[in-house]
Formats: sequence, C-alpha cells, structure tokens
Amino acid sequence: MITNSKPYILTIAILIFLFSIYNYVIYNTEGYVAVGKLSPVAVKGQQIFQSNQCWSCHQLYGLGGYLGPDLTNVYSEDGKGPLYIKAFLNSGVKSMPQFHFSEEEKNALVEYLKQVDETGIYPNYDAKIEATGWVEIIYRNER
Amino acid sequence: MLKLKRRVGLKLYTEMKDKAPIYFLLFALVALFLGMFFGMTASFQYLMPEFLKEQIPFSKLRPFHVTSVISWIVLSATGSIYFFITYVEKFKLFSRWLVKLHFIIFLLTGVAIYISFIFGYNEGREYFAFHPILMIPILVGWILFGINYFKILYKNVKGWPVYYWMWGTGIVFMCYHLMEAHFWLFDFFRLNFIKDFAVQWKSTGSFTGSWNMLVYGMSIYLMSKIKENTDVATNKMAFFFYFLGLTNLMFGWAHHTYLLPTQPWIRYVAYGISMTEWIVLASIIYNWKSSVLKIEKENNPMAYRFLLATDFWIFINIILALLFSIPAINFFTHGTHITVAHSMGTTIGINTTILFSALFYIVHQLYPDFITDKKWVKRGFYSLNISLFIFFVSLIIAGAKRSYWMYVSKTGSFSEMQDSIIPYYISFFVFGIAIFVSLLIVAVPIFRAFLKNIKS
Ligand code: HEC
Ligand code: HEM
Repeated sequence: MITNSKPYILTIAILIFLFSIYNYVIYNTEGYVAVGKLSPVAVKGQQIFQSNQCWSCHQLYGLGGYLGPDLTNVYSEDGKGPLYIKAFLNSGVKSMPQFHFSEEEKNALVEYLKQVDETGIYPNYDAKIEATGWVEIIYRNER
Repeated sequence: MLKLKRRVGLKLYTEMKDKAPIYFLLFALVALFLGMFFGMTASFQYLMPEFLKEQIPFSKLRPFHVTSVISWIVLSATGSIYFFITYVEKFKLFSRWLVKLHFIIFLLTGVAIYISFIFGYNEGREYFAFHPILMIPILVGWILFGINYFKILYKNVKGWPVYYWMWGTGIVFMCYHLMEAHFWLFDFFRLNFIKDFAVQWKSTGSFTGSWNMLVYGMSIYLMSKIKENTDVATNKMAFFFYFLGLTNLMFGWAHHTYLLPTQPWIRYVAYGISMTEWIVLASIIYNWKSSVLKIEKENNPMAYRFLLATDFWIFINIILALLFSIPAINFFTHGTHITVAHSMGTTIGINTTILFSALFYIVHQLYPDFITDKKWVKRGFYSLNISLFIFFVSLIIAGAKRSYWMYVSKTGSFSEMQDSIIPYYISFFVFGIAIFVSLLIVAVPIFRAFLKNIKS
C-alpha cells in the first residue's frame, strides 16, 4: 500500500520548526537562580572532574554513576567542606581510588564543587509535592 | 586493462554489497560481548569495593561498558538497516564505497576509543567519555550513512512506509544530538553550569530517542515482513505513534532534570509531553491480542519469539517510565538504581530483543535452511528473560533502599547504606552473568553463520 506522504511531510516540518524555536530558547536560557559564570579555576576543576571520571561514581543533581554519593552540596553541607573533600581525594575510601593531585588541582576541584553548590540544592528535602504530581523545588535563594 | 579494472571493481562491489552489512553485525556482536564483560567486572566492585581499585577502578570500567553496549545497539541497527534495504528490498546502493568507508571509519574509531580509554585520554562526559576529537569521525560515519540512505530511498520509494521515516529521522537526529552532546566545549554553554548541565542531559536523552527511532523502526519492519502484511507500517495509527515518539524525542528530555533548578516552564513542558506516553500504554493493552501475536512464525520462530519478549518488556518498562516521569514519583526514584533498572531494562529488554529478532531474520534470509530454534538457543532465550527479570527487580530494590535512606530514614552513613544493599548487588551481579551467558548461547550460532557468510 502506498501512503500519501504530503500530510506527513507537513507534520514533520511543523515539528522541526517548533523544535528550532524551542532549542533557540533553551540555549539562551540561564538557570532559575542567577549565579556567576564558572571562574577559570572552576573550569579547570571541571576538566579534572571529567578526565578522572568522578562522574562515573558520583552524581551531581542525581545524575551520573551510582557507586558513590551525590556531590552537589558536599561543599556546604554541615561537617563537610573543602578540607573534607581534600581528605577524600588524598586517601581514597572504599571503592574510591587514591588520587595524587597537586595542591593546585585539589583547589580547582574544590572551587568547581563550590560553584556547583551555589547553583542549587540536591536532594531537595524541602520541596513541596503537589496533588497534580508536580514538585515545587526550593531554590538556593529561597533558603 | 581498463576493462580488467572495471571487472575487479565489479567483483568488489558485489562482494561488499553482500558483505558490508554483515561486517557491521559481526562488529556489533563483538562490542556486545566485550561490553557485557566490562559490565560484569564493574558490578563486581559493588561487592568488593577495594578489589583492584587502583588498577581498574569502577570509573574506568563504566565508560568501557556503557560505550561498548551502546555501540552494540547502534552498530547492529546500522548493519541491519543496510541489510534490509540492499538485500531484502534489493535497492541498489547509491555508493558502495561510502558503505565500506562508513564501516572502516567506525571500526577505526572503535579501536581509537578503546585506546583513548586505556591511556586515559578520556576528558569527555558520560556516554561519550573518550577524547572529544573522536566525535568527528563518528559524525562523518553518520553523514555517510545518511547520504546513502536518503539517496537510495528518494530514488526508489514513493509513499514511504513508517519505518523508512523512522530510520531517516533516527539518522538525522543522531547527527544533531551527537553534536549537541559536545556543546559544552564552547564557553557559551560551559560557563553557565545549569544551562550546560541541562543541555548535556537533553542531548543524551534525545540521543537515546534517536537510536530508538532506528530500532523501533526495525521492529515495525520485521513485523510487516514476518507477517507479510504491510498494513502495520502504513496505517494511520503507525504514523500517529511515530509522531508521538518524535514529539517526545524533541521535547520530553527534561524529565531527566526535574530536580535541576532550570526555568520551571522547561520542566512543565517535559511533564506534559511525557504524559502523552500513556496513550502508548493504553494502546498496548487495547491491542494486546491483535498485535504481534498474529505473526506467522513458521519461518522465523526465533525472530518471532524475540518480538514477543519485546512486547513483554515494553509493557513492564513503559509502566515504570510513566510512573517516574511524574515529578512526585521521580523525586524519590531519581538518583538511584531505579534509573539504572530503567536504562538496562530498556536497552536489554527492548532494544536488544528487537536487534536479536533482526539478527535471526537476517540469518534466515542468508540461509533459508538454517534452523534457528535449536534446543539450546531456546533455552538461552528463556534464561535471558528470566535473568533479566531478576536483574531488573534487584536494581529496583537496590534503588528503593537508597531512596529510603535518602528521604525517609536519613540515618547512617553512605557506606552503611551501601553495605545493607549488598544482597541485592550480589543478585544483580549473578544475574548479570546469567544474562551474559544466555546471550552468548543465543548469539554463537548467529555469529558462526555470519562468519561463514563473509568467508564464502
Ligand atoms: C571508583 C569510584 C569513585 C571515583 C572514581 C571517585 N569517587 Fe569519590 N567516592 C566514592 C565512594 C564510594 C565514596 C564514599 C565513600 C564512603 O563514604 O564510604 C566517595 C566519597 C567522596 C567524597 C565524600 C562525599 C561525602 O558526601 O561524604 C568526595 C568529596 C569525593 N568522593 C570526591 C571525588 C572526586 C572529586 C572524584 C574525582 C577526582 C572522585 N570522588 C572519584 C567513589 C569514587
Ligand atoms: C545487552 C546488555 C547490556 C546493555 C545494553 C547495558 C546497558 C547499560 C547502560 C545504558 C548503562 C548506563 C546506565 C545509566 O547511566 O543509568 C549501564 C550501566 C551499568 N551496567 Fe549495563 N548493560 C548491559 C549488560 C550488563 C551486564 C550483563 C552487567 C553485569 C552485571 C551490567 C552492569 C552494569 C553496571 C555495573 C552499570 C553501572 C551502574 C552504575 O552507574 O552504578 N550491564 N548498562
């Protein structure tokens, strides 16, 4: 059976048109809470985070691998912070390997985690769950 | 002399015309078994966290696993589609050289990716952890595929059945989202952490959507061929679901990032769009008896069985996916192994079963006398499904326990929580091995048949 393709081509054209606008807007939309851009040191930290695959054991905002804990707010959590982070990098606990970073590299990682921490909260314990199934998350500037 | 050259060229042409798709399929099977092997070694570290952690840490194994098994999906889909259009539909390739080049590029890139992992040039991100430069040959490969594909179809087919649309869409969106996954290389994205992170997960979500276009298109193709009834691929319903899938591919990704502080409208859109998938579930239930079960199975018993398994796994996975696309449920399941249950439940349960169905169909096309449903193959098939079920349930329980620790009990350290889940990690590990063995049993006869084919 041969189908008439015209309506399908039209549908695709409309979808692609909407998709283009949507992408344009997404690419030009910042996060909900205004924070500064990543500093050059933080970018360096991000590179170290990527090239050592911290993400394959850790999550940020719950995304990543699952062998280790989430690191979104490790910088600001009670009892944690820069020294705590460095201690883990120095020693390597459980499955986490020992990393032999220079002081500068460790500082860069800490700076990256600090700037990630400023963007928001995860896990978002104070979020409000609504009857519609929606979740109203609490933002950094609301606490 | 010229004549001779032409003859040689012709011979090569006929050879490659027949063989290039099979090379892709062999390559895909190798990637599958290597990938599963890395998966098993990685999951072992859940049981023995300190085991060889300095030599081969989990963080090295996970990218090996994920990249290899995704390559299995993508390569076997590519090989099958090349096979269908040249061998089954008997269309003349636009350019035989491009197919050959496509294969060689992918093969070399595959080797380069492994080398890049081994020597630690892996500054990429999740799913594409290798050196970003390797994205270029991968993209070139997809463009070559696209050129051949669209040229062939444009010339030969009027009024495309839905699977041709799906494959075409898959190829185009694959190119786009592979690029999008590397937008982080530009400061415009990278310096805005939230935007950058959102776009990263947008791209990986839609990347998955793109390979699903290829693979689901294959399942409709197989149904229409095994059933010898083209209606499944040309009726209005088929197109409706294609457009629904495409809409979800484009706008549904933000259900991965409900908890990321993006602008709320982005998440509203994703919630709304994701909920349209209930229509898919409703239609599956409504059409239960009339769908795949009617397929004639005499000639393709294993291809048929695998499609039955696909039906079952779609049903299970879509319920899970629909539930945790509701933000209130996602709130608790996000960031736990329930996500992993979903990823592997779908990539194995849905994608891999469709792909194996295709492989059996292809073997039957090559060797009509080949008996596919040998006793051991059937056993492998059943043990695959049973193992996958237990594997899947183990991951869900592990995820639920972590969620309980995160949101309800909130006591004890991370490592205490991990230790309490060990029984489920053991079952995850053991049934992971069972999946490996089952698929091996199923795949060996196919692998042999393909080897025979390229040698002949
Ligand atoms: C092979 C897996 C693995 C890799 C790779 C890894 N980690 Fe870890 N990491 C862990 C595990 C597991 C823990 C939890 C240990 C425990 O508490 O028992 C952890 C704990 C931590 C902690 C403490 C978190 C907390 O809340 O207590 C920090 C900080 C950390 N890792 C940072 C990093 C950084 C930065 C990198 C990359 C340079 C990295 N890790 C790479 C597995 C890993
Ligand atoms: C066809 C076979 C398989 C496919 C297609 C597949 C696919 C995947 C995918 C896509 C992921 C990423 C999950 C995510 O990011 O959420 C993943 C993760 C993983 N897979 Fe597999 N997989 C397969 C078989 C196996 C087997 C046999 C094992 C062995 C137990 C295994 C162990 C793992 C592990 C340990 C992870 C990492 C989970 C984590 O981050 O903690 N996989 N797999």
